Amino acid sequence: MKTNEHYNRLLRHFAQGALFAALILTGASTVAADEKASAEQHGYEIAARSDRTDRGFGDAKVDLTMILRNRAGKESSRSLSISTLEIEDENFGDKSVIIFETPADIRGTALLSHAKILEPDDQWLFLPALKRIKRISSVNKSGPFVGSEFAFEDFTTQELNKYSYRYVSEEACGDLMCDVVERTPLYEYSGYTRQLSWVDQRDFQVRKVEFYDRRGDLLKTLVLMDYRQYEDRYWRPHRLSMVNHRTGKETDLIYSDFLFGTGLTDKDFVKGKLSQLR
Amino acid sequence: MTFVRSIIIGVVTMLVQAPSFAAGPELSGSVGAELRWFPDSPQFLNQLRHFQPSLIAEPEFRWRLDNGDQVTVTPYLQLDGQDGERSHFDLREAYWRHFGENWDLLIGVNKVYWGVAESRHLVDIINQVDSVVDVDEEDRLGQPMISLSTQLDWGRVELFVLPGFRERTFAGPDGRPRFALNVDDDNPIYESGAEEKHVDFAVRYSHYIGDWDIGAHVFHGTGREPRFSISSNGQQLIPNYDLVTQVGIDLQYTREAWLWKFEALVREGQGKTFAAMVGGFEYTWYQITQGAADLGLLVEYLRDDRDDDPTAAPATIFQNDLFLGARLALNDIQDTSVLLGGIIDLDSQSTLLLIEAERRLADQWTIEIETRLFLNVKDDPLLSNFSEDNFINLNLGRHF
Repeated sequence: MKTNEHYNRLLRHFAQGALFAALILTGASTVAADEKASAEQHGYEIAARSDRTDRGFGDAKVDLTMILRNRAGKESSRSLSISTLEIEDENFGDKSVIIFETPADIRGTALLSHAKILEPDDQWLFLPALKRIKRISSVNKSGPFVGSEFAFEDFTTQELNKYSYRYVSEEACGDLMCDVVERTPLYEYSGYTRQLSWVDQRDFQVRKVEFYDRRGDLLKTLVLMDYRQYEDRYWRPHRLSMVNHRTGKETDLIYSDFLFGTGLTDKDFVKGKLSQLR
Repeated sequence: MTFVRSIIIGVVTMLVQAPSFAAGPELSGSVGAELRWFPDSPQFLNQLRHFQPSLIAEPEFRWRLDNGDQVTVTPYLQLDGQDGERSHFDLREAYWRHFGENWDLLIGVNKVYWGVAESRHLVDIINQVDSVVDVDEEDRLGQPMISLSTQLDWGRVELFVLPGFRERTFAGPDGRPRFALNVDDDNPIYESGAEEKHVDFAVRYSHYIGDWDIGAHVFHGTGREPRFSISSNGQQLIPNYDLVTQVGIDLQYTREAWLWKFEALVREGQGKTFAAMVGGFEYTWYQITQGAADLGLLVEYLRDDRDDDPTAAPATIFQNDLFLGARLALNDIQDTSVLLGGIIDLDSQSTLLLIEAERRLADQWTIEIETRLFLNVKDDPLLSNFSEDNFINLNLGRHF
């Protein structure tokens, strides 16, 4: 019996110890979870604040030149124009039409996108030689956009709820201070495991993004420059530079002045309109 | 009645407002030189032997009027070194488009494309085939029309009034490929007493719902496909154009990397009433290489139940066929792509094989190589005419 009692005591003691250890562990993980949650919350707030600065722009048009540069520095360019219609409901993405002006052999080619948040976007391509409108698959998010260093997913509208966020740190970015926020794509078929974004603390605009590939290695860096403000509210970068660290290739985007409130409506972003753009 | 009223209002508005041209035309388009090489000697007397050079110009003139109206003129001019019938001029587009509140009205010549399939452009009946340009029925003649479109919450409705029939183009005695007998395109026979002045009508509905794109149409008028009768001297083929009524649908279901496609029609007026369809899929493997090339697989089944008797209904090669294709897009700066495809007759095993490769050379230059091979066609009543006409086409284009 004594042995038994001893055993029981030992057992009780051990149980108490385990309970204590469990309490410590739980406490520690609660603290860790709190920190994690607060980093996520903080990261989301920074992204949401940045997103809010753009809220209510309605519709916009802009011309854009892409300059593609290979490792040897040889350049070729594309010019295109983009019309965007803001969809105010955060559960839906914006609508956009991209029309190519050059290279001349694809002039008039147009891409209509109805962006979704987590589902693949709805996309239609207009091929002017045949006057054909073709619904296309949009799962190729990580594929190159017209041979550039921008993937389709870099080029389509950046919707707040496409990512989860985590606050990382605070860092100087040029003359400004930036919050560094990690964002993880929540949508399928992304070519990235994560992105690091630098959002300035004055105007709340994204100044730089690092893209990490599926293996977790740094793949590309995007720098957004020449921000100008429209209607005392909306900030737009006018020069974007994407560098692919793996291939050494670069793509610059140079934007013209943006036009806001051009009177575009939902009916300008239907597939039947694609054959009437020019 | 709303449509009729809209047309009247539209025409009156266009005439009354007579808006001025905001700026001179924007000029774009292309000029090209092509060389066709037929490795085999011709089957028929007088046909060109091995080389067929051609020059092609397709400039586009676009005006945007200060009220937003569009005026577009796109002439097409081809000068052929061998075949007089292939040297031809056409207006692919020459129209004025006016935009109303929820509708738009187009008056003039235009091209319209409805289909979803790759191997056959089955439902596309508005524009006549310009068959001297290529055998793939992708080149079409401009069609005179008055067309009214309206975008409604439940889809797009387009009405077409089509005055002025366009005859199909055919290779001349020197041309390749052609039939054993020459086509006399100066004396076509029309079922309609109004002949080429018969006014045709079409209605088109199209919409998208989630992953589905749907379209439907009705056409009544002179069918674009001719059947042939033999001339009284027995030396020529006379095109016969019948009045037809056609109802058709086109569907595409887009999911992940799959595009499922289906086109079908029922046509009355050419022999017994018949149905025809083409259906299949396109599946793409994205980024198969580091350079981010895409590889697409195309599979389509074709069926056409029209009369076998070519004097009753226009002959077709698509009675019971399988199309297999592969498309490689390199997604490079030059937009290099290659398409390899074959349409195989499941009854006779005759095969039409095509290879199309294209690439941008410099900012304004493109090169395209196309091959058409008629394989195992000796027993096919239609394709046996082309048994010696395998060709390779090299096209150099300058775009501006």
